Amino acid sequence: MSSTLDVVLTASFWAATLRICAPLLFGTLGELICERAGVLNLGIEGIMTAGALSGWLTVYYGADLWTGVCVAALVGAIFGLLHGFLTVPLGLSQHVTGIGISLLGASLSYFSFRLLIASTATPTIKPFSAVRVPLLADIPLVGPVLFEQSPLVYLAFSLAIAVSYILYRTPLGLAVRMVGENAMAADAQGVSVVGIRMAAVVVGSAIMAIGGAFLTLSAFNAFFVNLVNGRGWICIALVVFSSWKPARAIVASLFFASLEALQIRLQQGSGGLPYQFFLMLPYLLSIVALIAVARRVSGPQSLMVPFRRGER
Amino acid sequence: MAGDRRSISLTRRSALVTLGSIAGSALLNRSSYAADKLKVAGVYSVPVDQQWASRLHIALKAAEARGDIVYSWSESVANTDMERTIRDWAEKKPQLVIADAFAIERNARKVAADYPKTAFLMGSSFGPTDPNYSVFDNFIQDASYLTGIIAGGMSKSGVIGMVGGYPIPEVNRLMNAFMEGVREVNPKAKFFISFIGSWFDPPKAKEAAYAQIERGADLLYAERFGVSDAAKEKGVLTIGNLVNTQPQYPNTVVVSALWHMEPTIDKVIAKLKEGSYKAEDYGSFSMMKFGGASVSPLGTFEGKVPSEIMAKVADREKAIRDGSFVVKVNDTEPKSTV
Repeated sequence: MSSTLDVVLTASFWAATLRICAPLLFGTLGELICERAGVLNLGIEGIMTAGALSGWLTVYYGADLWTGVCVAALVGAIFGLLHGFLTVPLGLSQHVTGIGISLLGASLSYFSFRLLIASTATPTIKPFSAVRVPLLADIPLVGPVLFEQSPLVYLAFSLAIAVSYILYRTPLGLAVRMVGENAMAADAQGVSVVGIRMAAVVVGSAIMAIGGAFLTLSAFNAFFVNLVNGRGWICIALVVFSSWKPARAIVASLFFASLEALQIRLQQGSGGLPYQFFLMLPYLLSIVALIAVARRVSGPQSLMVPFRRGER
Repeated sequence: MAGDRRSISLTRRSALVTLGSIAGSALLNRSSYAADKLKVAGVYSVPVDQQWASRLHIALKAAEARGDIVYSWSESVANTDMERTIRDWAEKKPQLVIADAFAIERNARKVAADYPKTAFLMGSSFGPTDPNYSVFDNFIQDASYLTGIIAGGMSKSGVIGMVGGYPIPEVNRLMNAFMEGVREVNPKAKFFISFIGSWFDPPKAKEAAYAQIERGADLLYAERFGVSDAAKEKGVLTIGNLVNTQPQYPNTVVVSALWHMEPTIDKVIAKLKEGSYKAEDYGSFSMMKFGGASVSPLGTFEGKVPSEIMAKVADREKAIRDGSFVVKVNDTEPKSTV
């Protein structure tokens, strides 16, 4: 127990937590926006993969890192457009479409990767490096954790605050929440349900794709098959864990990321416990936390209910 | 209906094949030359740029460039789909099928039994099966041991970090041999060992490496992609595994234990050509004695490794090659010693 405490008190543990948290936070925010408008987006894993590849390829072919991030967002938006078109105006099953989009996004990425990069050497790019905020980074403990991170980490947290503001403090946010709760009432008020839902899915998917791009442009410098490794699915659970609230999404993804950072550190000094136990730990504790939280949670009432005007 | 359609398409395909071959032989008249080349199919559960599979891929590509074989392959085949894919290739009547059968040992043997005229060369933790199922594995523990000696000489803190994918025999064997080598120089060396539970998650491998460096490791055994990146950032050293990664990390990777599949592949091709192929264990062709393993040149670290350490390495290498010293094969899961 004392060793756990020792680990948690180090700055490097919290810095690692923020690094691990960032891609999850992007994914969770993207998924949250889609679900808040009433559309479940199970395409997340594939969209993150597509974002990881397209962002990386853009930089590999000579563009700068921020262009890479924008291209990743654009590719994510295109997948979002496809998912939105199938599930919103056409009203198809959101589960089936989402899984289809996920498989399409991942397979298309792997296929294009092999077509474009046909070598056994792993080509790399120069990724985002940590930015030291002058003065603030010199504060002991807090400095290296909060003020010496990759720019994308700052972007993830600022985005969470922006999404929270837009959802709760603007008419647009009200419209998004409304179509997610009661599409018929929104429609009666003159809100375009199809328009808002499509926009939410497109924007949400773009943000997820940035989460994927984080892995290849900041956390690492190359693209690999299976690189996203289930992070998208984690985000879907984190949305529930955060009870569909952007501010809580920060808490939820930080919680999961801190367990992951802890797991890595505890595994090294393991007193004979099998390594699988530690790998399992973040998932196990998240399930426990989810059970505790989920009893009081209710999601958007129109989630997964397609809207057809005049149909009850 | 489906049957009808299939028979039509089959007829059409065979008609096309006949036409094509007539045209081909008329134009080029090289059919006798083509017949000399062995048809080889590779099936991999991982992408061909993964460290392990890349060694097979490169050796087969070289054999193809030499004109010995015609090589086609499938990569990233899910283990659940592996048997079907191997069977698909076997149906095309190649002389040789190569695959990593670690997760489907039983099924792969069933497929081989169904195609007795085809040679199967499988990455496997078990032995060969008559008449046609040969096995190989990355038995490069000699090279891992020697790089361990260099690691022991280069680590100042005596704390060494190791990040692996999964603790399977192929990984454990090399880790254990490496640790043995380190202890040869520094009996008090301590080891941090982490497994990330994935072959491809460099961000996670990188995080594990960071954590080891924080706790005092100044030399890492880079079994996975991502470890050398963390080391480069934090200014510590690494030892490469299977492939030489020094060109990408010139100031980080001291030396790498290399695996060469060429001796195995060339031996099998030669045996197939002279008609003497049978089910055998080709594992030993991955050992140093047969040229299947080597220690990479020091390259950018030339002159930076203490000379008495390099003398020890040369001494041990000579003993390994003449058989007077044997590196233990230990497949048990290595544990942290801190």
